[in-house]
Amino acid sequence: MANLVEIRNVSKVYERGKQKVEVLHHIELDIAKGDFLALMGPSGSGKTTLLNLIGGLDSPTDGSISVGGERIDRLGEGALAKWRSEHVGFIFQFYNLLPMLSAQKNVELPLLLTNLSAAQRRKNASIALQLVGLAERAAHKPTELSGGQQQRVAIARAIVSDPDLLVCDEPTGDLDRQSAEDVLGLLQTLNREHGKTIIMVTHDPKAAEYASHTLHLDKGTLVEQQGLRAEG
Amino acid sequence: MKFLIGLATFIVVIVGVVVFLVSPWPGLLLLALVLGLWMSLTRRGQQAASVTAIGVSTLRERLGSSAVIVVGIAGVVAVLVAMLAMANGYRETLRRTGGEDTAIVLRGASASEVSSVLGHDAAVVIAQAPGIARDEQGRPIASPELVVAANLPMKGGNPEEDFGSVQLRGIGEMAWKLRTNAKIVEGRRFTPGLRELVAGRGAQRQFDGLEVDHEIKLGNQTWKIVGIFESNDAMESELWGDADVVGPTYRPNGANSSTSVFARLTGPEAFEPFKAALVSDPRLQVDVETTVDYFSKQSEGTSKVITAIGIVVGAIMAIGAVFGALNTMFAAVATRAREIATLRAIGFRGVPVVIAIMLETMLLALVGGVLGGLVAWLVFNGYTASTLAAGTTGQLTFQFNVAPSVLWTGLKWALAIGFIGGLYPALRAARLPVTTALREL
Ligand SMILES: Nc1ncnc2c1ncn2[C@@H]1O[C@H](COP(=O)(O)OP(=O)(O)OP(=O)(O)O)[C@@H](O)[C@H]1O
Ligand SMILES: [Mg+2]
Repeated sequence: MANLVEIRNVSKVYERGKQKVEVLHHIELDIAKGDFLALMGPSGSGKTTLLNLIGGLDSPTDGSISVGGERIDRLGEGALAKWRSEHVGFIFQFYNLLPMLSAQKNVELPLLLTNLSAAQRRKNASIALQLVGLAERAAHKPTELSGGQQQRVAIARAIVSDPDLLVCDEPTGDLDRQSAEDVLGLLQTLNREHGKTIIMVTHDPKAAEYASHTLHLDKGTLVEQQGLRAEG
Repeated sequence: MKFLIGLATFIVVIVGVVVFLVSPWPGLLLLALVLGLWMSLTRRGQQAASVTAIGVSTLRERLGSSAVIVVGIAGVVAVLVAMLAMANGYRETLRRTGGEDTAIVLRGASASEVSSVLGHDAAVVIAQAPGIARDEQGRPIASPELVVAANLPMKGGNPEEDFGSVQLRGIGEMAWKLRTNAKIVEGRRFTPGLRELVAGRGAQRQFDGLEVDHEIKLGNQTWKIVGIFESNDAMESELWGDADVVGPTYRPNGANSSTSVFARLTGPEAFEPFKAALVSDPRLQVDVETTVDYFSKQSEGTSKVITAIGIVVGAIMAIGAVFGALNTMFAAVATRAREIATLRAIGFRGVPVVIAIMLETMLLALVGGVLGGLVAWLVFNGYTASTLAAGTTGQLTFQFNVAPSVLWTGLKWALAIGFIGGLYPALRAARLPVTTALREL
């Protein structure tokens, strides 16, 4: 299958005052369209950094990143923001829902960047909420939802504008076992039935089992491992 | 380099604010219109509108911290509006005293009535000048008047010590025809030839003992108050008596019987010929002005001082309020950094975020401005004050005038404070890299 993401010789250097810290060293990575990739590794190994580069939240110091044929490392800040809104859905460890807005309104947020009418936005958000099984919670504020439910709302928000790529940074890091399994099952469904390409950072080997295969990052370098298949 | 950019932004901001403060309302309306169009028509504008709506819809839940902005700005605006209303009221009172169709003639180079002297002959010559209106009996309505300063005990003060300066005006019959707005509201007019006085309503409020049928001592003479008059202008702060009694009392040698001559003209267009005739008359050496010019000039110095004090005090308080707003908005932005970063991760741009935060702050500022203006209006509109005796003139009673223009100035200040208070937090929120903001908890 064609590659959705192609990373060539990517390095990332952070400057802390005068000190330069190279967090990623010459990363080479291809991610096939429709893949569900788990990214593991010790704390501080650069997982979030790599994920942010793929998601277009940050630009590499060196090397090239193309996603869906587009060289996102060459995009300026504005173009990158537009690109993100059209091609990537983000799922964070702490859900990052806007606390004052209802689930429905949270899910509608990305659609404010599209040309859709208000009615169409409402409809699409409802469909997304239905897909994550929270249609009847649409009017609830985040504080009125459990962690697992909040994360599912966040997933609905991530998929509502139908992006090709979902990037998830420890999506189950703050959830209990059962909620985590719900969320992971949902991601798996999105991957298998809706063809979403998913990259997920996780510390949890059980979570990684839901992915098609797992990569390990150690001190900024990729260490490939044998893919593990999850049971149905 | 960074410093230079910072300095440049600062200067741009200050210049922008000053332009904003002095620009008239159509300019600002245009600005608001452009902003409105931008927000409804362009994509970024729509983004800004939706981000603003999110911020504004959550304001109520953050009311506690936002209150600092509102109250701080309300305080600034209240003080500023009160000061401006004072200057405005003072100016208005003096301006009302004069008109385009009455003129005042003083000896050349006199700053005010009290420092002017005109002899009896001069008064006669002036009354014959062209352009003066005539009464039913065909006499010119020209009123030679004698203004002197007298001391009276202040109301509510120690009658032995607390004296204030009051203007005593000696007038003739023509003065009543000249000042048709002066009406006796209690008692009667003074009788010519007697040591009787009528007191203005304002003077009555300021000084002790100015009641009908009371006797007062001016110097070592006793005068009887026989009436109270209202004229709704600066004259109300005076005492009026017969010029033929006041003159001999205060100018015993009788040489300089008046300080000024007031004349009612046939119309505003009669002023220039009237003035030309008097100025070119070799028997006279006089200055001629319309009374509106004269009284406006009299008020200029004092109202400028009050306005200046208002602006300086207002500016000092405004700086405090700016820091209050900055502080609050920095805090609000910090707690919302994650939300802002999330919005930007989703694809919202920096500019809409900046605009949204600024609009939010300015909305709070506007609320503060309205509140402050309302307080100033409730407390001070119509509030009666008096000047201290300023050199040449007696104490003048006037009312604070919280005019729409004064409120408008207050609102503009509020918006300017909100603008500065919102700008820096907004810029910071927009400049912070998304990844950094997402990392911070
Ligand atoms: N903005 C930054 N400036 C400087 N250093 C940074 C910055 N962001 C990350 N780092 C450093 O880069 C390294 C990798 O960080 P990263 O967050 O990618 O690790 P991670 O693998 O996601 O760790 P964790 O499992 O704890 O989330 C860390 O040492 C971190 O301190
Ligand atoms: Mg991380």
